[in-house]
Formats: sequence, C-alpha cells, structure tokens
Amino acid sequence: MTGIERQRARTGRLFVLPATVHLVVFALAPVLFSLWIALRDWQVLRGESPFVGLAQFQRLGGDGAFWGSVGKTAVYAGMSVPVGMALALGVALLVAQPLRGMATFRTLFYIPAVSSGVAISILWIYIYLPDRGLINALLGGTGIDFLNDPQLALPALAFMSLWVGLGPRMIVYVAGLLALPTSVMEAAELDGAGPIRRFWAVTFPLLAPTHLFVLVTSTIAAFQTFTPVYTMTQGRPMGATDLVGFHIYETAWRSFDVSYAAAQSFVLLVILGVLSVVQIRLMRGSLEASGAG
Amino acid sequence: MRVRVGLTYAALLALAAFLVAPFVWMVLVSLHPSRAPIPELGGLVPAQPAWGNYRTVLLESNVPVDRFFWNSVIVSVAAVAGQILVCGMAGYGFARYRFWGREWLFGAFLASLMFAGTVTQIPVFLMLRSWGWLDTFAALIVPSLSSAFNVFLLRQFFRQIPAELEDAARMDGAGDWRLFWRVMLPMARPAVTTCAAFTFFAVWTDFLWPLIATQSQRMRTLEVGLSVFQSGYGPTNWPLQMTASVVTLVPLLLVFLLLQKGFIRGVTLGGLKE
Repeated sequence: MTGIERQRARTGRLFVLPATVHLVVFALAPVLFSLWIALRDWQVLRGESPFVGLAQFQRLGGDGAFWGSVGKTAVYAGMSVPVGMALALGVALLVAQPLRGMATFRTLFYIPAVSSGVAISILWIYIYLPDRGLINALLGGTGIDFLNDPQLALPALAFMSLWVGLGPRMIVYVAGLLALPTSVMEAAELDGAGPIRRFWAVTFPLLAPTHLFVLVTSTIAAFQTFTPVYTMTQGRPMGATDLVGFHIYETAWRSFDVSYAAAQSFVLLVILGVLSVVQIRLMRGSLEASGAG
Repeated sequence: MRVRVGLTYAALLALAAFLVAPFVWMVLVSLHPSRAPIPELGGLVPAQPAWGNYRTVLLESNVPVDRFFWNSVIVSVAAVAGQILVCGMAGYGFARYRFWGREWLFGAFLASLMFAGTVTQIPVFLMLRSWGWLDTFAALIVPSLSSAFNVFLLRQFFRQIPAELEDAARMDGAGDWRLFWRVMLPMARPAVTTCAAFTFFAVWTDFLWPLIATQSQRMRTLEVGLSVFQSGYGPTNWPLQMTASVVTLVPLLLVFLLLQKGFIRGVTLGGLKE
C-alpha cells in the first residue's frame, strides 16, 4: 500500500466514523445489552438485577397471553396485508397511466401516511363511534359499536390500516410498474392478449420483486403496530386488540417487567426474521414456477 | 378507450373522497363550539365557525400545546441537520474511499435495518437512564442523529456521481473535507432532500420513543402531547380534540407539500433496493 492510499483509507474511515459510533451505541451494543437484560430479572424500581439464566424464556413457554397476542397480530396482518397489497396494486395500475392529474392523485393518496399517527387514530375513534360516527351515519344509524365489539374491533383496526398504508405501497407499485420492460408488454399485445390476460400472464408475475418487497415490509410494519392500539383501544375489548407491540410495551412500562419484555422482544425479532425468510422462499418458488425469474 | 379513461377518473375520485373526507370532517368539527356534541352529517358546517378553539388549544388550555409544538420543531430540525451531516459523511465515505473492513462495516449498517426498533427500545432506555438523559432534549435527539437507511440511500447516490468531477476539484486544490462539503454534498441535493423528508416525518410522528423517554409535560413532543391532550379532554370534547389534531397535522402537511417530490422519489428508491 502506498502512502497516498494509506492516507486516503484513513480519511475514509474518518468520514464513516460518526455514523459508525452511532450504530454501535444505539443499535449493535443495545442488541447484546438486550440479551444480557433478558438473562436477568431486572427490577427498574429497586435497582436489582440478579442473573436468572433462561428463566425469562421458560416463562414465555407457558404464557398464553403473550402467544395470544402473537396470534392476534398474525390475524391482524392476515386481514390487512393481502387486501392492502391488492388495493395498492389496483390503485397503482390506475395512477401509473399516462393521464392528466395522476401526479396529483398520487400525492393526495399519500397524505394519510405522512399524517400524525395519534391524530389519525383520534379521527378513526370518531369514524367508528356507534351514535354519530361517520360509518354508522353513512349506513343510516345502525349503531354498531365497532371498537367495543370483541368480534369487530380487530377488523376495524385492520380496515383503518388499509387507509393509512395505501400511499407508500401504491408508490412502490407505481415504481415497479414503470420499471417493467415495455417490449414484453408490446409482444403480448401483438400476440392478441387482452388487457386482463396481459395483466395476469405478464404484469403480475413480472412484478414479483415488488410484491416481495411490499409483502415483507408490510408484514413487519403490521407486527410492530402500536400507536392505533394505544390511542384507540388500549388492547380492549377483552384483549381482542392486544397486538404484540402493545403487549410488550405493557410488560415493560406498565408492569416494569423489563427483563421479561426484553425476552418477548427477542422472540418477536425471531418471528419476524423467520417470516421474512419464509416469504422470500415462497416468492422465489413462485417466481421460478412462473418462469419469470 | 374514452370509457376506460372515464372509469379511471371516477374510481380515483371516489378513492380520493374516501381518503380526504375524514380530514374535511376533522376541520369542520374543530370549528364547532367547544363541548358541542358531535354534529350530525346534515349539520356539519357550523353556523358560526368557532375560530376561538384554535386560540384555546394553542394558548389557553391547561396542557402546554405551544411548548409541545416547539419541542417537536427543535427535535425534528436537530435530527434532520444531524442526519444530513452524519449520514452524508458516511454515505460519501462508503461510496468513495477504500479501507479495510469497508464491506463488512456497511453490511452491519444494512443488518441493523432488520432489528431497528424491536429489540433496541428497552436497552437504549436503560442506557440513557443510567446517563441521566431521560426527559431531556438529548434523549429525544441523539438516538435520531443517524440512520442506517439514510446512509444506504446517500451511498447509492454518491456512487452514481462521475469521478471526473471529483478529480477536477482535486486538481483545483480542494481538500477532502472541502470537496465533500462544497462539491459532493450540494451535488447530492435530491438524495439529501429525500433524507431530510424521511427524517423529518419519522421524528415528528414518532410516538413510542418520546412516550417512554420523557415524563414531564414540558418535554413532550406534539405527537405524545396530543395523546396527553386527548386523555385530558376525554371523549367529551370532540371540537377541541379535533382542533388539537388539526394543529398537529398542518405542519406535517405543509412540509409534505414542500418536499413531496423528494419524499416520493425516496419511497421509490427504498422499493428498488436489493
């Protein structure tokens, strides 16, 4: 290595130094620290932290409330993610057309996603009110108490997430659609394929990388849902909306069972990792099956 | 063809109504007299708009909404400025310099995107508590001074800038820092705008972290403050709750409209990352 190269290497390291220090202090070290916390019984209020080994993880094994919240979160994701993706793709197909005013529509549809989560949640409490809420008013005074009905509360949160999540998913699909090779579409058109057949035979499979990206990021976001639960339902009624992000918050900051919460968040991380890998595998499989890879 | 275009517009307008109607309702209810019951759909437009609600919320409520607002401004602006500098430097360093361990280190940044937020919340809280940082601006700002996503985004952008430009500036005798600060960072302006937009919205609308990292009313950000306001006024005062919600949303909307191009381009970049 010459002197100039060595000098340049040193300069390069100086450029990445501040971000690296930040990464170590606020991301890498906390992961290890988190594991250390999970192996103890940390009492925030008393300032004691005896080592307990894997006891916190063993507690998790028989904790029906925790696994129940994981199950509810899976149901919530199952309701909101596939429908949200289909909706976003449908809207993207519309606004990706070369027509006047499409940029305005794209901007407009994005607004809920850049709005305050708390303000949006307060707004949707009203929308779901039984007496004068917007939905019941539009349905003609049906008086359904969406957020206090154990059957309806979770679907109500999922429906709201469609409204909030449309913009970002749509924009990603628009980018995917605009990046498709036009030659393939033209060839399909010359073969006499109609628009519906062209969509299912060409567009949809070619969008596989976009589907995968939207699927993985939306699933992770669904599993981390917190603000609407905190603001709208606090996990009620009868725990029907006790999603895992909120459940961990309560364990840590309401029961002050910090070590147990750290163990729970580790399990959530593993679940998200496994889900992402499974989704990537499945999508790869379908990609190869359709011959679009 | 014309039918199809007509149907497209009809569908988009219906969807726009679905997305915008709740906001319109929010503004209209905020103009009803304080403590008034929720209006029926027919009587949504108030006979006399109660603009005084905005005065009440901003200046006269028992919750210091103006203080929340300035806290949010300080925290968001500091985070944006910090990230432009810190992530800009790192993005440039990764894109343009060779050094031992570079790929490995960059991989660590990417890996951290996976677990951000899930497992770090509790340890970072305990760490800042032991440093005596809780309930200070430091607790709200310092964890947001860098983000792996923005390092990634800026690196991608710096890699696309042709090397000739840099060589020319070097010939003119510009040093490494001058080159970065005066030439490269200004050239990366589209990507920097995107980063600024992402950071601003992420920090302004962050709820969970300021909720646990602050305790006193004077350190709350607007997002947490709105939640405090909501529980303070309960479900009984919809007009004031809606007024506070509008106050929270307006700065976000203004910044979004200002930076929308950068914002949507960034979402697209994120979508295309491998």
